Amino acid sequence: FCTLVKILCVSGWLQPCDLPSPQFTRDTLKGHSRPESSSRSAFLDQRDTLWMRSAGAWRDAGLYGLLDEITNSAEEVPRFLAVGSACVLALLRWASSFHGSLFPHLTLSSDEMVAEFSQMLDWSDSALRSFAWHPHTDKFAVALLDDSIRIYKSNSSATPTLKHRCQRSVCALQWKPLCGSALAVACQSCLLIWHVDPTSLSTRPSSGCAQVLSHPGHSPITSIAWSPTGSLLVSASPVDTAMMVWDVAAESAVPLQRVGGGGVTYLSWSPDGSRLLAATPSALFRVWETRMWTCERWPCLKGSCQVRKLRKLSITVFELMYAFIYFFKLTFFSQTSWDPRGERLAVLLKGDSQAVNHPSVIAVFKTRSSPVFELLPCGFVMGEAGAEPRFMQFHPHFQHGALLTVCWSDGRISHVPFYFSSAGLLGGDSPQQALASNTADHSSNKLYTEQIS
Amino acid sequence: MFSLKQNSWFIRKVVIWRAVASIAWSVLLLPVTAAVFVLLSRFSLFHPIQWISDCTSLLAASSTVFSLVVLCGVVLITGFFNLEFYTLVPAIPCSRMALLGTVLHPRQCVHSLVYCTMGMLVMWCASVTIGGRYSTLGTPCRQSESGEVVTCLNEYHLFILLAGAFMGYSHSFLGVVQNMYYVSFQPIQQYKYPRFKGCLPMVVKCSVIQALYSARNFAAFYFFFGYAPKTWISSTLNLQIDSSIQPLDSLTGLLDFSLLYHLSISGTFLYLTWYLTVLLFRICVTEAYSFPVQSTFTEDAEQSLPKVLAEKNTLVMKFLALQDLALLSHHSLSRRLEVFSLSQPGGHAHNWNAISRECLSLLSELTQRLVAHQDAVASNGRVKSQSASSDTRSASSSSSVVSGTEDIAETPRLSVPLRTPGSVFKSSVGGANNALTAPFTPDVNSPFSSPAIRRLVGQQDRQSPCFGTEQSPHIMRRGPKLWSASTESQSSGSPPASPATVPSPPAASQKPSFLAQWLQNRREQVKSFLAKRVLIMYLFNKLPEASSQALFADSQAHIWALQGLSHLVAASFSEDQFGVVQTTLPNVLSCLVVLLEAVDRHFKLPHASSKPVRTICSMGDSTYKTLRFALRAALKTAIYKITTTFGEHLNAVNISTEHRKRLQQFLEFKD
Repeated sequence: FCTLVKILCVSGWLQPCDLPSPQFTRDTLKGHSRPESSSRSAFLDQRDTLWMRSAGAWRDAGLYGLLDEITNSAEEVPRFLAVGSACVLALLRWASSFHGSLFPHLTLSSDEMVAEFSQMLDWSDSALRSFAWHPHTDKFAVALLDDSIRIYKSNSSATPTLKHRCQRSVCALQWKPLCGSALAVACQSCLLIWHVDPTSLSTRPSSGCAQVLSHPGHSPITSIAWSPTGSLLVSASPVDTAMMVWDVAAESAVPLQRVGGGGVTYLSWSPDGSRLLAATPSALFRVWETRMWTCERWPCLKGSCQVRKLRKLSITVFELMYAFIYFFKLTFFSQTSWDPRGERLAVLLKGDSQAVNHPSVIAVFKTRSSPVFELLPCGFVMGEAGAEPRFMQFHPHFQHGALLTVCWSDGRISHVPFYFSSAGLLGGDSPQQALASNTADHSSNKLYTEQIS
Repeated sequence: MFSLKQNSWFIRKVVIWRAVASIAWSVLLLPVTAAVFVLLSRFSLFHPIQWISDCTSLLAASSTVFSLVVLCGVVLITGFFNLEFYTLVPAIPCSRMALLGTVLHPRQCVHSLVYCTMGMLVMWCASVTIGGRYSTLGTPCRQSESGEVVTCLNEYHLFILLAGAFMGYSHSFLGVVQNMYYVSFQPIQQYKYPRFKGCLPMVVKCSVIQALYSARNFAAFYFFFGYAPKTWISSTLNLQIDSSIQPLDSLTGLLDFSLLYHLSISGTFLYLTWYLTVLLFRICVTEAYSFPVQSTFTEDAEQSLPKVLAEKNTLVMKFLALQDLALLSHHSLSRRLEVFSLSQPGGHAHNWNAISRECLSLLSELTQRLVAHQDAVASNGRVKSQSASSDTRSASSSSSVVSGTEDIAETPRLSVPLRTPGSVFKSSVGGANNALTAPFTPDVNSPFSSPAIRRLVGQQDRQSPCFGTEQSPHIMRRGPKLWSASTESQSSGSPPASPATVPSPPAASQKPSFLAQWLQNRREQVKSFLAKRVLIMYLFNKLPEASSQALFADSQAHIWALQGLSHLVAASFSEDQFGVVQTTLPNVLSCLVVLLEAVDRHFKLPHASSKPVRTICSMGDSTYKTLRFALRAALKTAIYKITTTFGEHLNAVNISTEHRKRLQQFLEFKD
């Protein structure tokens, strides 16, 4: 394996074209130090009447809080009420712990759940929370630690900053395809659709530009996916067994409920829009067919027999690819990204935080889907000393090959180009072109594809 | 109305059968809901075994079977009403007066009466099922002074029956207010069973909430007015009133937990029966239907997609055809190839030409409607002379574009005359009101209604005494301004707007002299006097957004046309072997750009871009309130779809320079 792999250490950061590569440090961004509900610790304790406290508990923490409050103030309420509420509380706790033992992720708090299921590694610790390229133009959006979103464009110094009251703990971003302006943001409590006018010079679009979409019981949202035609938006939450199919303009949602799995964590459309992958926190994922919205269950057992099992099923290339990706992701990779031409596959290998010599790295593979599916190792992408990759995404329409954008742990965003000619056009990589670009720009660190014989 | 529908093969062969299937499913579901109702109504916490055995014996009893038969009858009637009243284009009242007129329309009154009766029937079944003190209207009781046993009025039974009537009326009333009979289409396709399963929790929740609201309102109603029906019933049926029992129209009588529980449980059962029927009807009717693109045999020719799209009278068929077009353009390669194919002898692209012509005429009709509305609404919100807008309309309809799609606005109003507030006033409210309300009735006088409707209403009007007031060219949009607008000279010579204040209109028009001047002044005074009254202003003020909603009421059709057209054009880039789409591409592009300009200008009008308040949990569908936003999004997506597919090739397409500039913005993703 090692003989085939050439390791390129990317140290300097010269950018192709003029794509902005901003850097954010944790010190300049102040996150919310504590959640809103815990602000009561800043105030002096005051004894209200039981009614007031019960009403407050009901408002803050629902039924649990109410029962807890009644149980705790046993001397003020009739005895049967205190005992009854204690019993109900115990019963509820037992039931939820049973439920939690079936689906362990349900015991996490909302923030922990977002950190667990976010595509960004070390989400809670990172200055960068999420990243998304626009599918058609040279612009990208970055969600930051302080719950703001910035939009960077090539050839433009204006960077609009988006802030909204509901925009907390951003877990995912995605631009609407076939649209210049709409950006979907998955937040802790709701789904926001920003309409950022591309011609506007304003740096702070008002919160009136955002649509708020929410559905009871459907939060935190950890994954969103626009259909490739831009007509539908699908959102998923690990606590909700239903995924929502939104008609964004009408602000209406159709829930698609399947009970198994305990929630939905990750969504991805096939490029032609005919299928949708929905992963659950358990060892199970579903492939939805998007014409009549029926689904197939795909159990994901550990072990290599699974790959053989997948191969036995008569499935399309897309399903095979996604099965591979998902299978790898479950076992030892943490994140995969496919370039739009389907010729490069980047895999983020999660390092060992205890060991010194095992940082996270990105492995790049060359892929070919016809005549047979091939996956050939191509190289590694490494950062500066001390910086580890946290997130990566391919540029959706890079002319000269593929462009991988990487978010690093030091808050930097950088672009790594791969220059090659499409196999479909020339029947293989063109060394001339690689050479030409090499001579033209010596100083840049470009990752040339390996010619593998 | 029904005879008009009968003409279409689609109604006969498809819609009727879908309605029958939905009713059959509702009838099949009835025993299930009835069993759940029995279980809940007889619920006792401390005797679970007795409870179960009671319920099973009750379910097998003859009285329950009889109740089920009665309930089946109720479901059948509900299903029939669904089929008769359903509409794909909601009627949007533009003022509260128009809404009031709809509620008071005789047809609506009959509807309410039938629903009251059905509510009483269901509640009678429920009270028999619950048994105990609710079962009969008369109970034996002992008179206090003489001690003999006589038949007394059982107030509990009466209470439950009246609650049924109350809930029936409120269902019928809310049906109008919330557009219960409006059937909307889902953004995604699902099979019937998963869709029903997905909607079921929502329906149960809605019926519970609605039942609780109704129970509360009815309890308040009975508390204040319960005495009247009680004495009336007891005097007509010669039943005594038992003075030893606490009367129910008192606070202590109403604070009976068991009574309120049974009331809300029966109310939930009642609403659930109706809502399930409505839900099943909606699911069955909106199911996608696949029309053949080409007909193999000549007798099937009228069922092929191009023919069906051109159909004007059967709205449901047109909608389903457009939906089918959008689906085939998106999902089916083989059917797209059929669209792009050439006719075998002759080599004409009949399929594509017919389909694109229909879609384009539909879209340009919307453009004209929007332009006419914008011309009509001046900056102060006043409507200019009607003749201007009808001029543009007639001019445009005589142009190359076939104006067949005007009928899309017309058809629902033809088929559902109930929804036309204009006609409501003529038949129900008196002549004096007619003149007052006429300017506010949206369907007849609004600038976007087609001349055909006006003609139609005019014909109906011949019988009514104040025909001609409808034709008044000066229509005001907002109350206070409204009154002053008709003082301008009236070239049509129509009578003044208010016959109540003008004793002899013909005389006035014959002598344009001092008398006419005086009359006009008087009229002005009366109008300014009326305009200051709060109640009248409340009733006659335009509801904000209503005109905007009414403009886009049928826009689901346009959205599908946009989706279908854009996907077909985009697919033609690689799939169209004979280049049939190329010839119409300039038309398609310019039509889309013109529509986009009209839509953009419409959204600059006041209230057009304000979002409606989201209703929480009601059975009425409020999709129509956001259709204009959906249309705008679909339009932009359609243009982007074409521009991203064709890219630089668009420069070779022959379109005007302004349109090219606009498309350039789309190419650069600047829109």
